[in-house]
Amino acid sequence: MQKYSIFSLARNALSGHKNWTRAWKSPPLRDRYEVIIIGAGGHGLATAYYLAKEHGITDVAVLDRGWLGGGNIARNTVTIRSNYLRDESIPFYVKSVSLFEGLTKELNFNMMHSKRTMIDVVHNYPKMRELRRRQLTMDIYNSTYDNISTEEVRRRVPALTGGGPGSRLPVIGGMVHTDAGVNRHDAVAWGYARAADSHGVEMHEQTPVLSLIRGSDGAISGVQTSRGVVHAKKVVVAVSGHTTTLTETAGLRLPLRTMNLTAFVSEPVKPLVDVIVNCPDLGFYFSQSDKGEMVIGGAPDSGQSFRRDIKQHVFEDTVGAMLELFPSFKKLKLLRQWGGHLDITHDASPIMDETDVPGLFVTAGWWGGYKAIPAGGLTLAHHVATGRPHPLMEKFTVKRFKNLDFIMETGTTTAR
Amino acid sequence: MLLINCPFCGERNETEYVYGGPVSADRPDPTAVNDDEWIDYLTMVPNPVGPTHERWWHAKGCGDWFTLWRDTATHDIVKGPKK
Ligand SMILES: Cc1cc2nc3c(=O)[nH]c(=O)nc-3n(C[C@H](O)[C@H](O)[C@H](O)COP(=O)(O)OP(=O)(O)OC[C@H]3O[C@@H](n4cnc5c(N)ncnc54)[C@H](O)[C@@H]3O)c2cc1C
Ligand SMILES: [Zn+2]
Repeated sequence: MQKYSIFSLARNALSGHKNWTRAWKSPPLRDRYEVIIIGAGGHGLATAYYLAKEHGITDVAVLDRGWLGGGNIARNTVTIRSNYLRDESIPFYVKSVSLFEGLTKELNFNMMHSKRTMIDVVHNYPKMRELRRRQLTMDIYNSTYDNISTEEVRRRVPALTGGGPGSRLPVIGGMVHTDAGVNRHDAVAWGYARAADSHGVEMHEQTPVLSLIRGSDGAISGVQTSRGVVHAKKVVVAVSGHTTTLTETAGLRLPLRTMNLTAFVSEPVKPLVDVIVNCPDLGFYFSQSDKGEMVIGGAPDSGQSFRRDIKQHVFEDTVGAMLELFPSFKKLKLLRQWGGHLDITHDASPIMDETDVPGLFVTAGWWGGYKAIPAGGLTLAHHVATGRPHPLMEKFTVKRFKNLDFIMETGTTTAR
Repeated sequence: MLLINCPFCGERNETEYVYGGPVSADRPDPTAVNDDEWIDYLTMVPNPVGPTHERWWHAKGCGDWFTLWRDTATHDIVKGPKK
């Protein structure tokens, strides 16, 4: 792998940037691999990378129907945090946050990681109690969560001038999660792809998988793609919102539904807010990007959806709520808006498991799954390579639904 | 925004309605079905790219509950399959 550094930058500048090697190759598609990973999003690429790096399994093809890193990893608001509710979830996300913090070094790719704290702005006592309860559980696993007063919230977020005592929705306090941060999503996709490629993993873009193929013994035997059949004894489905579309071709039903989640972004302005602001009671959150844009996320559409756009009234509701607290944002021009289709499980926790179809692995239910990419890839690769679940993800099984052993999560903003 | 046809009030904006979840089978008697059927009832929802059957509540109108078919790929309200 060509090393990126100040020296390689200088050297390549002198030769007019004509001699950079490709970040990943595109070899011809073979008809057999040890492992096929469907979906070159964050989870698929991270799984490929850790399979090669941690387990020496390099006969791997990652297939994507579009371009690498063009799915939800390109559509999300990059909030990385570990303030979850359950004992099963928190250690997993703590691990993921710490892997993210070391990822620039690990992959020799600048992730532009910015550890910048998330502040929840709270408006009602039941929510405050729920977050205080999270705090007690998070303390056990060394994740950070602290209660602060309204005055302290305002001191840290000076742009928060609404929500006073006379308003319809007075702020009653806040929570601070200092572990939270943001980084650059393209770098995560490209960094994992480049590093996996250097170990011999193949990336195949524009290669949609049309169906899964099972052998006469019922186990997975390969996939039908638009470019022909490709065989493998192990297949990983990492396609985000389209999981059930694919698994149903193998006769496998999963407790997932697909919904549309939206975001939008303003014109760049001078530095104004240096933390991630999350308003669970109003249903929006935002952070300011390095370029100065406000990156704003809102609530999902009601009902299932594969449409990947934003409904005008969902957009207006989010903006209306935001202006209650940040009246000065009235002057911001909004530049772009978009949506992404994500699947969510019956209990809102992910599924990472080998399914009832032997050899068929699924990583799904990633509602807020950007933050989970490094730990998701690391632990799923362990399961695929060794046949045993990694301790950090062993509870996220498919079987839990059969045992009615739910891991009820609730998002801090959107999966309410 | 969807324009949803309430059986009582006629066409009204989506913002007058509350989404009530997918239409599922009636609750079976847990002692009369096997475990798989019971788990299915509790946790499974059809997730098609295409028409899906769902409940809506005309909360800011007449208060009626009714069902409709909506295409998850286009959001168009469509005719359901013929029985
Ligand atoms: C608006 C929005 C905001 C979000 N904000 C956050 C956030 O702040 N923090 C957070 O943690 N998470 C967030 N998320 C969630 C996060 O984006 C997803 O959970 C995560 O990206 C999903 O995992 P992935 O990267 O592997 O998925 P994707 O990037 O979607 O990868 C799946 C890939 O599979 C490919 N694919 C699909 N079907 C096929 C097929 N049949 N054959 C071949 N390839 C196929 C797709 O082309 C795609 O590239 C947000 C999502 C949205 C939409
Ligand atoms: Zn009505």
